Amino acid sequence: MEKSVLIAGFGGQGVMSIGKMLGYAASDAGKYASFYPSYGAEQRGGTANCTVIISDEEIGSPAVSKLDMLIAMNQPSFDKFAKKVKKGGSIIVNSSLVTSKVEDSDIAAFYVPANDIANDLGSPKVANIVILGAYIGLSGALSEEDGKAIIKKMLGSKADLLDMNYQAFDKGLQAVK
Amino acid sequence: MSKEFIKGNEAIAEAAVRAGCRFFAGYPITPQNEVPEYLSARLPEVGGHFIQGESEIASVFMVFGVAATGIRSMTSSSGPGFALKSEGISFLAGGQIPAVLVNVSRGGPAIGTIEPAQQDYFSAVHAPAPGGFRCFVIAPQNVQEAADFVYEAFDIADKYRTPVYVLADGMIGNMMEVVELPKMRDLAELPSNDSWRFNKYNDDGSARILSTYMPMGELMQKKNKEMAAMYEAWEKNEQRWEEYMVDDAEYIVTAYGSSARIAKSAVKELRAEGVKVGLIRAITLFPFPKDAFAKLDYAKVKKMFCAEMSIPGQYIYDVQNAVLGQSQIIPIQTSGGVILETDMVVAAVKENL
Amino acid sequence: MEKIYERVSFTSKTSPTGYCPGCGHGTAHKLFARALEHFNLRDKTVLVYPVGCGGLAMPWINVNVIGAAHGRAGAIATAIKRANPENFVISYQGDGDLAAIGTAETIHAANRGESITVIFINNANFGMTGGQMAPTTMLGQTATTAQSGRSLEEHGAPLRMAEMIATLDAPKYVARFALHDAKNILKAQQGIMKAVELQVKGEGYSFVELISMCPTNWKKSPAECANYIDETVLKAFPLGVFKDVK
Ligand SMILES: Cc1ncc(C[n+]2csc(CCOP(=O)(O)OP(=O)(O)O)c2C)c(N)n1
Repeated sequence: MEKSVLIAGFGGQGVMSIGKMLGYAASDAGKYASFYPSYGAEQRGGTANCTVIISDEEIGSPAVSKLDMLIAMNQPSFDKFAKKVKKGGSIIVNSSLVTSKVEDSDIAAFYVPANDIANDLGSPKVANIVILGAYIGLSGALSEEDGKAIIKKMLGSKADLLDMNYQAFDKGLQAVK
Repeated sequence: MSKEFIKGNEAIAEAAVRAGCRFFAGYPITPQNEVPEYLSARLPEVGGHFIQGESEIASVFMVFGVAATGIRSMTSSSGPGFALKSEGISFLAGGQIPAVLVNVSRGGPAIGTIEPAQQDYFSAVHAPAPGGFRCFVIAPQNVQEAADFVYEAFDIADKYRTPVYVLADGMIGNMMEVVELPKMRDLAELPSNDSWRFNKYNDDGSARILSTYMPMGELMQKKNKEMAAMYEAWEKNEQRWEEYMVDDAEYIVTAYGSSARIAKSAVKELRAEGVKVGLIRAITLFPFPKDAFAKLDYAKVKKMFCAEMSIPGQYIYDVQNAVLGQSQIIPIQTSGGVILETDMVVAAVKENL
Repeated sequence: MEKIYERVSFTSKTSPTGYCPGCGHGTAHKLFARALEHFNLRDKTVLVYPVGCGGLAMPWINVNVIGAAHGRAGAIATAIKRANPENFVISYQGDGDLAAIGTAETIHAANRGESITVIFINNANFGMTGGQMAPTTMLGQTATTAQSGRSLEEHGAPLRMAEMIATLDAPKYVARFALHDAKNILKAQQGIMKAVELQVKGEGYSFVELISMCPTNWKKSPAECANYIDETVLKAFPLGVFKDVK
């Protein structure tokens, strides 16, 4: 089973770090994973995106034509990439910043107000962890344990932030249930 | 062995260190910057040296100098930088100095784009510089192979005393994948180069001279013949390719590097729909895997497709030269940083069934 | 109300310069654009652009541009001016471009005394490629290829191009200014005016180095960058006019 997701947003929204966390988690879970960032000039200040593929076998193209899933962290990303999602695929919409709705009825839409949830938790920075939770809740490519393990690993010495991050992760999971 | 989730450029750099590379000189250029950045910190940890040259020309000649003293050495760059390195590559080949060159290629000509492309094929394979020589050229398709081939490149370079050119691209350099890195080599186990390294005197006390200047035509020709014989030996012994579902194939797609992994996805998709299609992936680009094409049963092959991220096509010339008119070859090409998509390959094959 | 400030007439109203907040390239562009406007040179100008962040303002500056290969602007500008003396030729370059890969072209154009105006942006790193060490990086300053900081033993001291060029016989005007506060920007404007006028009068080669901040790669806020320039950069790169031949 091969699952692709494109994560896109403003530089600074942690788009690349969500992508890398998925890759690290998949790697730790013994799966194949690829993380392909857009490294063009648009990175500086503009929009950033990356494609992550998690698979049980060797991965073909790391930049796929049709996505299983899109995570749209901001409006321009939604506008640009929603049409790349395949029929039967899904879109996680950061509804804190994206006002559009998914119009294609063959695509499952999940509206997660990641920034609002993060602000309620008292740390705007964990919006990407909310999204990580939502991804894991939906994609089936990684387990809840995989997700929590990678959060712990990435935080490293900043263990005092673990609770807050786990809470953000759980909120993300619940938001797509 | 443990696996790591690592960026292509860093895998290339770490694999070099593990292969025994103890000298790197380079100059910044996207999309390969993490290679020098990583090595600037890593090489001193293992007693090696890193120098950021004032240009690619300086960098490649630093490598020439150090490699001539028998220390495993590498440089990396991308298209515009390789344009400048060409003089040094010619000296490496002419001086029979083993070294590893990594091109994390991007779109051109000139400054072009920093996005990934396969537009340096001719330059790597046929004309790394004027003077009619070749490099041993090998092309990884993913991060694992980028690490493995760089690692192996040092052995090939030593074996034949030649520059070995690893032709990667910005996609491989900048993506992260799960990789098993090769083991750290003990420098003591590396083949001895005492017989030739130019900072050692001969046993009888005579001096060693590394000069690529051949005052007499006959001498130059003799050298050219020796080099030609080496290239023939490569063609006989070192061709490498991968075949995927070729046995019963009526349609053959061929590609190398990143394009090949994309083409393979397309072949899987087409097979799932019952199309009898297979893939030939060139792994060595020089020597070109002619045998893979020579042994095809052209009575069975209806059409061939050649996918590459270069317009105009370059790889396709070598494919044509190997197929010798026995099959139609349909190009599937993107260029300048536009990534080849699986759908394009699928569509091209279906249109031609 | 009296108008005391105006956009340079020929620059784009719609395209931004494309620079990061705090970057000196934007200021430098505004200053030389102002000088072109002042001497009414826009329609004669050929701007030779480097490879580096310098070239990002191409859509904004709205003058004719010939894009050089990395480091070769000095050669290209030389030849354009020789064959087209009626053109006004600027070579605008970063420190990787002018002082690393292009050192030979830089020195030889200066030494021949070509009738060109060189504007040199010294931001103490390779900006466009993401913050590698440049010949102008401060001792102790970290860079992605000098992660524990530039060291004198390993990398040598910051290369002072203006001082070097001032030792040559041919150059007519060689100066260094900074762009980190209003006072210095005003001085830089005067220096650039002077350098431009020199070419207008056909008097020869001029070289204006501009100390410029790079908040993105220095990983400092613009205010911290300005302090860093005052406290550290200007010690290695003292401001001043090194040559002014009357
Ligand atoms: C021959 C060649 N080598 C390397 C590069 C990659 N490259 C692009 S911009 C640049 C350096 C930019 O630094 P600098 O000249 O200091 O200008 P800045 O961006 O800081 O203004 C380099 C090395 C290139 N394009 N061509």
